[in-house]
Amino acid sequence: MEQTTRKVTGAEAVIMSLLEEKVDTIFGYPGGAIMPVYDALYDYQNQVKHVLTRHEQGAIHAAQGYARVSGKVGVCFATSGPGATNLVTGLTDAMMDSTPLVCITGQVGSPLLGTDAFQEADVIGLTMPATKWNYQVTSVDEIPWAIAQAFYIASSGRPGPVVLDISKDAQFNEIDFKYEKCNKVRSYVPEYKVNDEKVSEAAKLIDSAKKPLLLFGQGVILSGAEKELKQLVEKTGVPAAWTLLGLSALPTSHPLNVGMLGMHGNYGPNIKTNECDVLIAVGMRFDDRVTGDVSNYAKQAKVIHVEIDPAEIDKIVPAEVALLGDAKKVLKKLLKKVTPNSHEEWLGEFKSCYEKEAEKVIDKDLFPTKEKLTMGEVVRRVGEQTNGDAILVTDVGQHQMIASRYFQLNKSRSLVTSGGLGTMGFGLPAALGAKVGQPDRDVVVFMGDGGFQMTMQELGCIAQYNLGVKMVILNNNFLGMVRQWQQLFFDKRYSFTEMQNPDFVALAKSFGISAQKVSERDNLDKVVQEMVEHDGPYLLEVVVEKEDNVFPMVPAGASVSNILLEP
Amino acid sequence: MSKEFIISAYTENHIGLLNRITIVFTRRKVNIESLTVSESAISGVSKFTIVVKAEEEKVRKIVQQIEKLVEVLKAFYHSNEEMIYQEIALYKVPTEALTKSNQIETLVREHNARILEITKDYTVIEKTGHKEETQALFEGLNQFGVLQFIRSGRVAITRSPIEKLSVFLEMRDAQLASLESSEETEELEYSV
Repeated sequence: MEQTTRKVTGAEAVIMSLLEEKVDTIFGYPGGAIMPVYDALYDYQNQVKHVLTRHEQGAIHAAQGYARVSGKVGVCFATSGPGATNLVTGLTDAMMDSTPLVCITGQVGSPLLGTDAFQEADVIGLTMPATKWNYQVTSVDEIPWAIAQAFYIASSGRPGPVVLDISKDAQFNEIDFKYEKCNKVRSYVPEYKVNDEKVSEAAKLIDSAKKPLLLFGQGVILSGAEKELKQLVEKTGVPAAWTLLGLSALPTSHPLNVGMLGMHGNYGPNIKTNECDVLIAVGMRFDDRVTGDVSNYAKQAKVIHVEIDPAEIDKIVPAEVALLGDAKKVLKKLLKKVTPNSHEEWLGEFKSCYEKEAEKVIDKDLFPTKEKLTMGEVVRRVGEQTNGDAILVTDVGQHQMIASRYFQLNKSRSLVTSGGLGTMGFGLPAALGAKVGQPDRDVVVFMGDGGFQMTMQELGCIAQYNLGVKMVILNNNFLGMVRQWQQLFFDKRYSFTEMQNPDFVALAKSFGISAQKVSERDNLDKVVQEMVEHDGPYLLEVVVEKEDNVFPMVPAGASVSNILLEP
Repeated sequence: MSKEFIISAYTENHIGLLNRITIVFTRRKVNIESLTVSESAISGVSKFTIVVKAEEEKVRKIVQQIEKLVEVLKAFYHSNEEMIYQEIALYKVPTEALTKSNQIETLVREHNARILEITKDYTVIEKTGHKEETQALFEGLNQFGVLQFIRSGRVAITRSPIEKLSVFLEMRDAQLASLESSEETEELEYSV
């Protein structure tokens, strides 16, 4: 434990505490109530990088992107009032998707609390339901303790966002700085010890299964259990399917990886969920986009649920065997207990499902013969040119589903997307954060024309720091997913989904970012190659078919068995 | 089927805990019938006693969500039958009504209530019991005009001989200790 006795201001203590937590990057936006912290930061620029976004929402989404690809805690600064309220979407998103964040907001001086002071907002009240923990610091003495606890809570157990709201007087006052890392909070149990009896029960179920199916979610990535997952499926021969956020925990090309679950997932995993005899869910929470109609979901199967958060057990799908604990520790133990097996015939059924899906959907998406470009072929080409090694970032909507379905990923922590909350405007800032977190990897972000325009001001941030993000706008001049639903379920009444868009290429160029527009298949390979090889940020606008739909589709409220391959 | 349940939550005595807990109910549109918060037998630990009318399944999930809160030590739920519980009620009646006849005195006797204070103008009566009991006395007294009436939230204890929290805390400390030691042994395994 380092002992420092230098008297410092609370503001400087904030920065010193972050350094104690090995923070190398802060995303943020200054303003009145957090100015002392920013002033202190001025002297530490050689020790910690600060990325100035163009909006606080951009800062927090960038911090999320950074956290998701690096596995570290994302750190974000914002000022009081509007600065803090602009974080709320990102906090809710991070809460839903279990992303570790520590967000520090300035607050008005403590004597002014509750007086409707200038730029005062009830940040603790506002962020309570959107954070794993939050705390208002009004005394300088609490700063090191609060930051230590914030990092511990954000990163341990099931990760999540934490807000520290620090009043301006606490930032100005002085303390003798001393830092102690936090490793225990009395009222908080980050994870439970794995129950060996339950592991044996689960192993028995897996060994006796004729048609087992494993579903993996982001829990595998968060606990670093990728190796154990791969070993488990290989030893037991169990086909494995992923939730959206589980993507990249197992290479997409792995022979036992049978594809994506859920509303726009693959045909096989959805259909077979209602045919399997044992369902092994690892680090996933049975989101309604995965289950469809829960009353007709895997009723025939015995469910093994590997989960770190006790509140997820029996929340949606009752578990025959609930294995509470960290996924890596559980899988390690499970791996020792299961016997080697293979399920060739059962796996073959997934292959036939895939062939059916390929004929009806995939081939038309990836190798279209019609005149207009499809989103699928663009995703395929970008994927090919980046050799499956890129980090895939998406916004929300049709392109998100297409990109997740077709982009090939070989490495873990390679997908950054807003899964639980479905936050349009997430993509661009998350991509810049991902690039800061993994500067040596290619970062590709796919966006729709709608979502891009929600946070497009972050082009300014990307340009300022010359962040080599490859941005692909799949432009159909529509809010495509809403339009798809209007077509299928609202008699084609296209109520306010068509967009008049700016000249995206000119827009990018106005920020000094290279850009190109393509609408013909003949040029696609060439421009994609130019984009990938370009040194620095690059924006590619691809004009795609206006009224393409994403299939397969489990209609809202329908059973996964009723997945549609065509309208 | 909707039924009355008593939720007990042990929490750190921190600012905002009440808000954190009520948010769990608000989000699921569940009404709180009664709420009592005070320091528990363990210093620094608050006990929330919350009465709700809801389906058991819903109550179980609410308790899981409450327990998930970082500053909550433990939460339980019980049916009314599983707990011994009381509420306290205070009634203010005009003293004139008391002196006119012995009916109020009879009510006080019958309901096992007691008189806390008598002044020239008013008399304050106290009764503890279940809601139906405090309500019955209210109706009896109201024939003479109740000037003021207040009923507390519920307090409740389990029928089991010991306070569950202390047992739970011991179990959990053992859990955490074994978790730490299992990590150590795992590291040992690797280093071998």
